[in-house]
Amino acid sequence: MTVSKIWVFGEAADGTVSNTTLELLAKARTLADTVEVVTAAGADIAGTVGAHGATKLLTVPGTEGKLLGAPVAGAIAAAIAAGSGPDAVLIATSYDGRDVAGRLSVKADAPVITNVVDIVERDGALAGVEPVFGGSTEVVTKFTTDKVGIFLVRPKSFAAEESGGGAAAVEELAVPDLGATGAPTITNRFVEEKTGPSLDEAAVVVAGGRGLGEKDNFQMVEDLAKLLAAAPGASRAIVDAGWVPYSYQVGQTGKVVKPTVYIAAGISGATQHLVGMKGSKNIIAINKDPEAPIFSVADLGIVGDVHKVLPKLIEALQGR
Amino acid sequence: MNVVVCVKQIPDPADPGALDPTTKTLKRDGKLILDESDSYGVEMALQLVDAAGGGEVTLVSMAPNSEVSGLRTALAMGAAKAVLVSDDALAGTDALGTAKVLAKAIERAGSADLILTATESSDGYTGTVPEQIAELLSLPSVTFAKEITVDGSSVKVQRQTEAGFDEVESPLPAVISVTAGVVEPRYPSFKGIMAAKSKPVDEVKIADLGIDAGAVGWAGGGQEIVEVAEAEAREAGTIIEDDGESFGKIVEFLDELKVI
Repeated sequence: MTVSKIWVFGEAADGTVSNTTLELLAKARTLADTVEVVTAAGADIAGTVGAHGATKLLTVPGTEGKLLGAPVAGAIAAAIAAGSGPDAVLIATSYDGRDVAGRLSVKADAPVITNVVDIVERDGALAGVEPVFGGSTEVVTKFTTDKVGIFLVRPKSFAAEESGGGAAAVEELAVPDLGATGAPTITNRFVEEKTGPSLDEAAVVVAGGRGLGEKDNFQMVEDLAKLLAAAPGASRAIVDAGWVPYSYQVGQTGKVVKPTVYIAAGISGATQHLVGMKGSKNIIAINKDPEAPIFSVADLGIVGDVHKVLPKLIEALQGR
Repeated sequence: MNVVVCVKQIPDPADPGALDPTTKTLKRDGKLILDESDSYGVEMALQLVDAAGGGEVTLVSMAPNSEVSGLRTALAMGAAKAVLVSDDALAGTDALGTAKVLAKAIERAGSADLILTATESSDGYTGTVPEQIAELLSLPSVTFAKEITVDGSSVKVQRQTEAGFDEVESPLPAVISVTAGVVEPRYPSFKGIMAAKSKPVDEVKIADLGIDAGAVGWAGGGQEIVEVAEAEAREAGTIIEDDGESFGKIVEFLDELKVI
């Protein structure tokens, strides 16, 4: 696989390009001569993606009210079949991103390298770096065929950076007949109201886990978060238990966060969770089990009962 | 209504994983259990079949060494039967290869109105298999479902989004991946556990599914691990025992970091 052209799947909401898309563009520029964006979002993001290094914005038409996996993958696969496709496609690990990668993988009969946190060159080809076992080990995987290289990249793996480029030239891709696969229709969109900073962008995150004991005790996490202008988060265990909504989840399945301060209260630090938060600048952990894996990544670890430590901490902060 | 649920039998996540030092692959020598992520799909399938007033739930799984212990758990919950693909040629099969095998196994399971999966497995977590299965079967798909309602020949799904959720409608048959935690998986009853022992498990080899050994396993993958390295470890922090005053240390640390 030679690396001359990379396509980035461009995601946007209400005309605002996602940070992850811009992160992927920054990385793509260091790997290939030509970087282009494929999007279902429409031509209005041409300026933003151009300023981040994309020379072309390839739009996928007819996606209004549709799930994006089948049409976007269909358009990319058709371009590949016509000989105008890219050498590699970078896709964010997002709800729509995974749909596109899975569909494209079958259409191009090419594997996906998933959970990628870095992309490197090995023997003239692109290879994905993937953390395993909660990030204690990293494996580098390369493709062994010359088919398109599909990478599913975890958010916040790279820093977004403007290139100073002008608006990308807009071109429309052709979408082949999708048959039944193009049928699903979005009939309604619901936005969950949330107050305070978002988990993605907060400088401080306070997250709770099973160690809190019961659902009502999550209020301590909410209270502490409020005092620190932080976003509340949660481990998968208590999301699965129904204590808090899925949107709170930090980890492999949930959000990747890299705040200045991450406070883990009653979280043991399963692999699933560590992957989503170990990039935080400073980590404070409170857990009663001294053997808990969370202490292996903590800058300040308190071996103690969250039911005792949190109320005192909240009281002390309220007094300031 | 007939529902097929793809389930994975995985090493107990409570046992820490390790790489085999010679083959550099995940050690898989312990007993396998039903991936907890899949228990939500099984529960959802049982509820949907109940609501439809008839039909059955069929499990589809791929596992080494004819492993059935995880399947028995799902059969004890109420699934009627299972198709198990177990073949030495499958060692090292990646997500795309897995999807190819499961898609053929789903066809073997008989005509399904709905195919449910988890959003990702707890041990491999590529999260691409549901869409790959759908594409291989030329079926529509909705991923990250938190609620599923079947109405005649179509299905209404609440799908997770970054901002909240979308209501999505799709014709059947369709592939739907179920988010963990959205239903409460039932505990198998004693009666269910006893009944599960005699429920049929159709064990097949890849040749029975018309799959060539070259399309799966290490060779079929099209990707290769070229390096395994220890990640850069974080510098060891300060760990203290709570003496009733340790909250003060947290306040001090937050002060130092200027977040308060």
